[in-house]
This record gives sequence, C-alpha cells and structure tokens, in this order.
Amino acid sequence: MSKLNMELPGLSMKNPIMPASGCFGFGQEYGKLYDLSKLGAIAIKATTVETRFGNPTPRVAETSSGMLNAIGLQNPGLEHVLGNELVWLENYDVPIIANVAGSKIEDYIEVAEKISKAQNVHALELNISCPNVKEGGIAFGTNPEVASELTKLVKEVSDVPVYVKLSPNVTDIVEMAVAVEKAGADGLSMINTLLGMRIDLKKRKPILANGFGGLSGPAVKPVAIRMVHQVSQAVSIPIIGMGGVSTAEDVVEFFLAGASAVAVGTANFVDPFVCPNIIDKLPSVLDELEVTHISELIGGSWK
Amino acid sequence: MIVANMEIISQRKIASDVYELVLKGAELVNYATQGQFLHLKVSEGTDPLLRRPISIAKIDKEKGELTVIYRAEGKGTSMLALKQAGEEVSVLGPLGNGFSLNGTKRGEVAVLIGGGIGVPPLYELSLQLVSAGVKVIHVLGFAGSDDVFYEEKFTKLGETYVATMDGTYGEAGTVIDVIDKKGLSFDTIYSCGPTPMLKAIEKSFPEKKGFLSLEERMGCGIGACFACVCHVKNDPTRNAYKKICTDGPVFAIGEVEL
Ligand SMILES: Cc1cc2nc3c(=O)[nH]c(=O)nc-3n(C[C@H](O)[C@H](O)[C@H](O)COP(=O)(O)OP(=O)(O)OC[C@H]3O[C@@H](n4cnc5c(N)ncnc54)[C@H](O)[C@@H]3O)c2cc1C
Ligand SMILES: Cc1cc2nc3c(=O)[nH]c(=O)nc-3n(C[C@H](O)[C@H](O)[C@H](O)COP(=O)(O)O)c2cc1C
Ligand code: FES
Repeated sequence: MSKLNMELPGLSMKNPIMPASGCFGFGQEYGKLYDLSKLGAIAIKATTVETRFGNPTPRVAETSSGMLNAIGLQNPGLEHVLGNELVWLENYDVPIIANVAGSKIEDYIEVAEKISKAQNVHALELNISCPNVKEGGIAFGTNPEVASELTKLVKEVSDVPVYVKLSPNVTDIVEMAVAVEKAGADGLSMINTLLGMRIDLKKRKPILANGFGGLSGPAVKPVAIRMVHQVSQAVSIPIIGMGGVSTAEDVVEFFLAGASAVAVGTANFVDPFVCPNIIDKLPSVLDELEVTHISELIGGSWK
Repeated sequence: MIVANMEIISQRKIASDVYELVLKGAELVNYATQGQFLHLKVSEGTDPLLRRPISIAKIDKEKGELTVIYRAEGKGTSMLALKQAGEEVSVLGPLGNGFSLNGTKRGEVAVLIGGGIGVPPLYELSLQLVSAGVKVIHVLGFAGSDDVFYEEKFTKLGETYVATMDGTYGEAGTVIDVIDKKGLSFDTIYSCGPTPMLKAIEKSFPEKKGFLSLEERMGCGIGACFACVCHVKNDPTRNAYKKICTDGPVFAIGEVEL
C-alpha cells in the first residue's frame, strides 16, 4: 500500500512531491531525463497573457546556500502554452498546476479562465508573489484587500481549484493567508522567494541586472518552515510547502510544520533527478520514523 | 546528458590561477563533442550551491577521460582547485551545442581565436578540425606572460600566435591586432573568450562566417530556468530568445546579440 498518495483539492497525487513553478520550465527538459509520470504533480512556469522576454541578464546570482533570481516571468504567452506546452504534457499521467501571472487584474482573469479549461490542468496557482516584475506580481500579494479581491475574481472564472501563492515579503503572512482563504482560495502555496540583493565588489554594482531578485534554496528553508507552521494553524485549507527542499527529510519537516504537499524548486538545478530521488527515498525515511502514511505527519509539530 | 561522479585522474596548475583537471569514468565521455560544457558541483553540501559551467578542453574516448581547464577565481572554482587525484567530482553533462565541424571544408583555413579562459574549448576543436583535414591557425590572447597556457600543444596542431595585453609575452596587444599585423587570411572563424573580444571579432570581420562561444551566469544548465537567455539579432519584437545553455553556447556569428 502506498504511504505517499495524497488527495488535495483538484489534485489526486501518487505522492506529495512536485517541482516548483519556474524551476522546471514546462517539463520538457526534465522529461528527457526521467518519466514525469513519477511526480505527484507539476507546477508549470508562470504564464501571462502575452509573450514575455523577461529581465536583462545576469538573471541569477549565487548566495550562501542559496541563489537570487530575477528572471522576470519569461514565458511564451497563454496561447502558446495552451497549444503546445500543455498538449505535450498530456503524454504524462500527472496533474498540472498552472501558475497564473499578469500585470493587471484582467490579465489574471483571462489566463485563469482559459488555462483552467485545459484538460490536464487540475489546479491553478495564483502567483501574486513574483518579486521580479515592475507591475503586478508582488503588488497583488502584499495587500490583503487586493489579494482577496483578485482571488475572488479568479475563483469566479476558474474551472479548477485555486491555490494562492503567498509572498514571504510581508509583515504578517497569517493575515494574508486568512484573507485569501475567506475570499475562497482552495489552498495555499508558500513561500515564493524572499527579496534580496548581491553586490559585485569590483563593479560596485548589484550583480543582477535587475538590481534585486528573489532568494531561494536551502538558505530560505527556516523562514518557509516558520511561515507554514504559523499559517497552517490559522487556516483550514491545505498548504503546498516550499523553500529550500532538497531531501526527503526536508519534506518531512515541511509536513510536520503543516504542509500537505511539497514543491521542490532550486534543488532541481543542483541535481536534475532530485524529485524522483526524494520520492524513492521517502518511504524508508517514513519507516525510520515509524510513520505508516505521510499524511499522519501534517502539522505534527503543533497538533 | 547524465549526472555522474567522475574520478580525478590529475589536477595541475598550468598558469597563474589556471588549472588543468582530468576526469575519468562516465559514459558521457563517449558522446561529448568539441565546444560542449560540463556543469560541475565543486563540493558536497549546499555551499557553494550551484554547479559551475566549464568547457570541455579535450576528449579522450579511448582512455575514457575528459580534460577541463579553468581559472580558480571565485568561491567555487577555488574549492575545485583544492581537489586532488583520486577524489570525485559530480558532473552534469555533456551540455549544450558545441562547435559544428561542418562550417569548414577539407583544405580550408580556420582561425581559432581564444581569449584567456576562453582558450580551452578551442583545443578539442582544433584536434577535430585537423583530423578533418582543415588547416588551423591559432590566435590566443592573454593578459600577461603568467597567464599563458597550452601554447606548445596548439603549436603542434598548427600555426600559433600568442598575444598579451601587457606585452610581456608574444605579440603586444589584442588578438585582432595580431591578425591584422600578421595579415592572416582564413575562411572561417571559431572563437571563445570575453564578450568585448567577441564583439570586436564580429565588427572586424563582418564578411566572414564563423562561430562564437558565449558565456552567461547559469542556473540549471539544461534549459529549464531561463537564467541564460540572450536576444536574437534583427528581431523587432524583442521577444525571440536563445538559451545559451542548450541552444548555445556556440552560435553562428550574427545569430544572437552579444
Ligand atoms: C558555457 C560556459 C563555459 C565555460 N567554460 C569555462 C572554462 O572552460 N574555463 C573557465 O575557467 N571558465 C569557464 N566558464 C566560466 C566559469 O563558469 C566561471 O568562471 C565560474 O562559474 C565562476 O565560478 P567561481 O566559483 O569562480 O565564482 P563565483 O563568484 O563563486 O560564482 C558565483 C556564481 O556566478 C557564476 N559565474 C561567475 N562568473 C561567471 C562567468 N564568467 N560565467 C558564467 N557564470 C559565472 C558561477 O557559476 C556561480 O553560479 C564558462 C562559462 C560558461 C557559461
Ligand atoms: C529561477 C526561478 C524561477 C522562478 N519562477 C517562478 C514563477 O514563474 N512563478 C512562481 O510562482 N514562482 C517562481 N519561483 C519561485 C519558486 O517556485 C519557489 O517558490 C521558490 O524558489 C522557493 O523554493 P526553492 O527554495 O525550493 O527554490 C521561481 C524560483 C526560481 C529559483
Ligand atoms: S541555465 Fe537554466 S535555462 Fe540556461
């Protein structure tokens, strides 16, 4: 019997492990390396109405046990994603979570409405937390009223459950979580990246062309764990936890904090096989902890 | 493309802060080609976190060995330089599209222009061009005499000119200065080095066909993260792009914006 299967709104998953949005493209690169059907779900790269090139390079900079990125939501645009990337993903038996982004409310609504009708899109992830674009993104994710309003409007047009992706760049993440839950969110995913900067000593300028960027990787894990721990006690909708996950033990830690699934981002760059490796390793880690099913761990640190 | 641990056969310093590392023991050696790169994890653990892209300098299929040459500069490459024979390095590769050999016909002349730490991938390229019957000329630019490496090895394959910016070795000046001064004539250009050098090549020889190997900071190295994109030339939409890690690192001259 599986120790790992998980049922969340819209998502019937073989296991609770998925690549995080923006760290897996639309799956094609990793599909050359292993069978994507092995994954619990796939969160695809943020999709906007229009084609976007994104920010100038350098777009990434390394930090101690982490990295900064300022990609700027580069993507081929809604029509292309619907007609190509999502069609290709139909080759696999895996639910897709479509990450929805935009500059204006109308953009979010248009992407949400159309992409939620794609056959293999089982949930939306409302990206109100991208720190790397001038308009939209994080502007929607730092004000609870604006975030609720957007959640409501997207819920109205979406054919599938909506997870709201929260930004850690707020004073009170619980307030944000409670607000979007009230507005009808079916789940939360957290955390997006933390705003950061690195400066080149010789050039005396930020390394990233964009100046600042989003911090991810093992360095942010304690922040993410703390936030999941706080939020999971304040809401009754499930949480997809992320931030620095690179091992099966990290997954257990997120579950104990209160997550019901886990996304793996930056670690895919270090080891492209990290997701299947974690999935293979999890059962034995659960055995060691004398856990018969992973769901027993949810919120185990505060229950 | 695979992830594998490769054993260090040897590591030696060949110029100021420049190391030659020979790796063995992965099937990827069998299908690596000139101009491709490896994404190396310099240590276990999470700091430094990211892999380092390093070009393949020599492929020895018989021995199952790959050689890379790198400058120990920042945190990651300095840690790599401390590794010794017998230790292992995690390698993701071979990555990218390398130098195509089709650009130059038997009997034609290719000039291989390298700048500093852009010189290494030209070595395997030169070996391949020579065995394809192409005449090679090498023009290698370095900062100063302490930075020069592989001059003898290149000389064995064809005419070789070394230029140093400070004039402490070979010809003083840039690689372009040397080409002009020596009046070199050639059919094709192959180059790898700092972006200003590549731009100068593009500008100086607008009528020549050729191939340039580009650098950019990378995340995944396999085309998934969009860290390493560049604009395509003559694209009014400004939305077209190429990924240096998978579409490159080698591009035809004039294909992408430098
Ligand atoms: C396709 C390709 C092939 C390369 N081949 C070689 C080679 O054969 N020999 C060689 O010496 N160097 C090569 N480089 C450059 C080499 O990758 C960097 O010098 C190296 O990553 C710097 O790491 P560090 O630990 O010294 O510096 P750090 O400052 O610790 O690096 C921090 C981060 O920035 C990145 N970074 C810093 N400088 C560069 C750069 N110039 N290019 C790309 N990423 C950078 C690092 O990869 C790392 O992610 C190549 C780069 C690319 C893209
Ligand atoms: C290169 C890169 C691109 C990202 N792009 C997106 C994106 O398009 N949409 C989004 O919601 N999050 C994006 N993220 C955030 C990740 O999905 C994730 O929330 C964050 O990186 C924390 O997880 P990690 O530490 O495992 O990477 C991106 C992160 C990185 C590193
Ligand atoms: S390094 Fe990730 S797309 Fe090129």
